[in-house]
Amino acid sequence: MIEGARWRRWVFFYIPLGVFVVVLLFPFYWMMVTSVRPDSELYRPWMAPNYTPFWTLHPTLEHIQHLLAETMFSTWMWNTLFISTVATIISVFCGLLAGYALSRLNFPFAGSLGTGIFITYLVPQTLLFIPLSDIIRNFRLGDTPWALILTYPTFLIPFCTWLLMGYFKAIPRELEECARIDGATRWKAMVYIVFPVAVPGIMSAAIFAFTLSWNEFIYALVFLSSPAEKTVPVGVTSELIRGDVFFWGQLMAGALLGSIPVAIIYSFFVEYYVAGLTGSVKG
Amino acid sequence: MAVAYAPTTAPIARRALVSRLLEDERWLALALFLPTVIILGLFIAYPFVEGVVLAITNARVGVPGHFIGLSNFEKLWNDSIFRTAVWNTFWYTGVTTVFKLALGLWLALLLNRHFKGKALTRAFVLLPFIIPTVLSTFAWKWMFDPTFSVINWSLYRLGLIHGRINWLSDPDLAMISVIIVNVWRGVPFYAISLLAGLQTINPELQEAAAIDGARPWQRFWHVTWPLLLPVTMVVVLFSIIQTFADFQLVYVLTGGGPANATQLFATYAYQVGIGTGLLSEGAAISLAMFPVLLIVVIVQLLYIRRVETH
Repeated sequence: MIEGARWRRWVFFYIPLGVFVVVLLFPFYWMMVTSVRPDSELYRPWMAPNYTPFWTLHPTLEHIQHLLAETMFSTWMWNTLFISTVATIISVFCGLLAGYALSRLNFPFAGSLGTGIFITYLVPQTLLFIPLSDIIRNFRLGDTPWALILTYPTFLIPFCTWLLMGYFKAIPRELEECARIDGATRWKAMVYIVFPVAVPGIMSAAIFAFTLSWNEFIYALVFLSSPAEKTVPVGVTSELIRGDVFFWGQLMAGALLGSIPVAIIYSFFVEYYVAGLTGSVKG
Repeated sequence: MAVAYAPTTAPIARRALVSRLLEDERWLALALFLPTVIILGLFIAYPFVEGVVLAITNARVGVPGHFIGLSNFEKLWNDSIFRTAVWNTFWYTGVTTVFKLALGLWLALLLNRHFKGKALTRAFVLLPFIIPTVLSTFAWKWMFDPTFSVINWSLYRLGLIHGRINWLSDPDLAMISVIIVNVWRGVPFYAISLLAGLQTINPELQEAAAIDGARPWQRFWHVTWPLLLPVTMVVVLFSIIQTFADFQLVYVLTGGGPANATQLFATYAYQVGIGTGLLSEGAAISLAMFPVLLIVVIVQLLYIRRVETH
């Protein structure tokens, strides 16, 4: 594995890797410590002699209790869960059909449709949020979950299509042809033969799409205005800061709890997630 | 009898027609694309046209506005804040991309070795990328707080600084802070994508080069890097687009301040278009990103074509 003396192994491998892991994970540790630290310790300047940054001797749950009791945090969680789930279902459905068509069917403009979808995959949300906010208002969708449920697929469908197209290409055509020889229609061969084989790809697409919707910020910030409609990222940003005062204990508790659903899904499906991530860039 | 038959045969006939049409590849393709085309048409193509229309009018929130040609862009050209935002965006994108690529590649090479706990390490390393950016950025904002900063405390304890550092309120440091957080968030994405690329490289090539006497650095430069280049290109171009159009990180950390030192295209568009309600000017600022994004997309498409034809 690593050639050379033991010190070389430490200098070139263990120490750099250790530094990477610590730096990449430290903010999450900091989030956790802050969310259980009592206010008296929280607002102790770093110059103070009794500043203990890395642990607390008096852990408390009061920030989390306040967050759940006094703010609409749990409403935001439900909103985000609902929006992300429905947007994911719509996107995976559309991506499944479009990805199949692009990988299997011969039809006019197939190439340009594929390129078109690839380009929309690269359109960042910040390019269109202002005209889109106008359109959402005209469609009378403003301040409803549907404003996000219908717009999130714009960046999720291209991703799902792209990922699933790659997946379908890896499934041998013979599988379908056998079914067709046995008398299945194209439609049936697609739904009953190809789609079941593509389940791992569908899982990757769904998990990735779900975390992307959970993370989305600018559309949610612009299209939603009443506190009861907000998603977690927007609610934490706009409702937990009163005036200029940051309630860091609550903020960090919100950040921590708001991250847990994606972290759980991620931890169960790491392999699918990584497959989705790498599939999306390989194309 | 005929009267009783009519309503039942019509749906059957229609269903037969539908299934016959779906046997035809072109009709099936049309049906499969319909939902995607509707959604992307309504919420990508239409907003894009609407954005162009907005940018050449003087519309505000609730005021339809009328045609004013290119005056919005002319105004931007002479707007010193816009110029700052353009400069900042290029600087921000350039610096973060170099660091993300270098550190991401390094981490990918480390993770490509065999060691105990590899799968677990890889899973943990990707966390900054999957945790909602806004939420993790708040943790950074709290870490950068001048009075309560753990970073200041650590640097002070290590003897590197003597006074306090105002990470987010000093214009130069604010940009550095934003860059640090962006790199922190982006490195895992680069590392995991490049790691996937590394894993497709046949280890025998490395061994062959080693037998021929190539040193580790030479092996990387002449064997690994050329094979990794296609994946690297796609990852870098993808990341450039995301970084160029970044919003949430800066919005949370500095809001574009202090004194517009971290103002980017997207944050300025938000401030003008949504903050002050000058829809058309905001749309013009957003659209000003378009030529750059288009160039990157074209480069990417050409590159993919070239790789596919070779």
